[in-house]
Amino acid sequence: MSFNLLFKPFGERSILIEWPSEIREDILKDILAFKYSIEQKNIKSIVELKLAYNSLLITYYSICRNFENEINQLKNIYFAPKLNNDSMSVLWKIPVCYDDFFGVDLKHISEFTGLSKNDIIKRHYNAVYTVYFIGFLPGFLYLGGLDDYLKIPRKSTPRLKIDKGSVAIGGHQTGVYPMESPGGWHVIGNTPISFFNVENTPPCFAKPGDKIKFLPISNKEYQDIKALVKAGVYQIESEVICD
Amino acid sequence: MIEVLHAGFYTSIQDFGRRGYQSYGVPVAGVMDKQAAILANSLLGNAPDVPVIEMTMTGATLKFEVNTFITVSGANMSPKLNERSMELNKIMKVNQGDVLSFGTLKSGFRSYVAVLGGIKSEVVMGSVSMYQAITKHEVLRKGDKIIANPSKLDFMEQNASVRVDLSYINSKNIHVFKGPEFDRLSEQQQYSLFSKDFTISKNHNRMGYQLQETLDNSLEPIITSLVMPGTVQLTPSGKLIILTRDCQTTGGYPRVLQLEEKSINILAQKFTGQSVKFQLLC
Repeated sequence: MSFNLLFKPFGERSILIEWPSEIREDILKDILAFKYSIEQKNIKSIVELKLAYNSLLITYYSICRNFENEINQLKNIYFAPKLNNDSMSVLWKIPVCYDDFFGVDLKHISEFTGLSKNDIIKRHYNAVYTVYFIGFLPGFLYLGGLDDYLKIPRKSTPRLKIDKGSVAIGGHQTGVYPMESPGGWHVIGNTPISFFNVENTPPCFAKPGDKIKFLPISNKEYQDIKALVKAGVYQIESEVICD
Repeated sequence: MIEVLHAGFYTSIQDFGRRGYQSYGVPVAGVMDKQAAILANSLLGNAPDVPVIEMTMTGATLKFEVNTFITVSGANMSPKLNERSMELNKIMKVNQGDVLSFGTLKSGFRSYVAVLGGIKSEVVMGSVSMYQAITKHEVLRKGDKIIANPSKLDFMEQNASVRVDLSYINSKNIHVFKGPEFDRLSEQQQYSLFSKDFTISKNHNRMGYQLQETLDNSLEPIITSLVMPGTVQLTPSGKLIILTRDCQTTGGYPRVLQLEEKSINILAQKFTGQSVKFQLLC
């Protein structure tokens, strides 16, 4: 399937390609397929390809005089028969402790939604989330697939400090804070897993198109896993997904 | 080695930043004013992008434990070598025990110290640029030792014919292209963007510069999309934010303009209360 794409020069060295303004998995798949096709061409003048929900940004090494040639080259790649993307999607199982000690905003969400704390937690870990892209902070995954009942506006005043590993809900999305940061989302739990490791190549284990499932754990299990993660021996449970 | 006796307001080691890691959410980082860093390095015969020391608003006090050559470029913070004032954009010989310090800020906002052969620092993801959670430290602190190799040379020729154009430091004209959401602005909004002077608010740092004057804004936020240094965002309250080197990789505010890369250098030399004017390139 082909979408009606917009190709826009963005600054002096980048082209922004836009898909319809919606958060949809078929759009994500099309962006990933296009990105893969461009990467296979091994175009030497391209520095990096970045994606978001409905866009792909292509940045070149040098300043482009006139983007016509680059845009035509990209259009030809898009309309050529699609290559089979041989990189496989992975489902990552992320342990999360939803105890009150970590889930400091569970009470507020419960008041806002009318759901019990347990119901909120269950709805959160029963869903399978899609990784759309990484942004905001190093290793912050934008996840789609939040239960409709858990959608809640962001805080009007952001917290100045949200702990590393915080699992939070806000603005119709859910996510994990990969490092301590200010933030406007509601915190419901914490994971001992590190989502960003400077020493690793690549620094993030998950990639766009992967899936995430949260597994509820006790505070005791949380401490045990945290020790293993610290020692560098914890293996995140995962499985390869076949479409 | 160079010892940091006083760190100044915000002093860090920077090169041209990280390429190829933005898709993991890692900011580009790198020197705020590339033109000044290139000038400081080039005068010494260094490659343009080797690491330099970037100082913001107030200078650092640095004690050299090696014999070498340095240049200072960018903002004029009244540099002094052993209490004797020194010129900007000129090669200076420094000897073991010499102290480089700075005084009053006379022009610009960010000053750069380049050292012959470049400063050595831990490379993380292809760059030494200091950034929170990527490098061990985000700024230089008192007592830090910066690694610089001693020079084998006793003498370096001053090139008397080098004329440098430093007018950008005091320029207020910021050259821009239309951003991806520019066309959603009304004619009135577009007119205001290019006719008004905008004042730098007190909210500015290596991530971005917020401007004081507002635009009447009725634009809806966009679905989170990609941004880069030089992107001008319009917030729901009508404030404009110009993103700079340490900015996030994605954002949800409409992107109304994109700075010409050279204009980021102009902005990097601005501070609270100064004004800028947008000029559309095409």
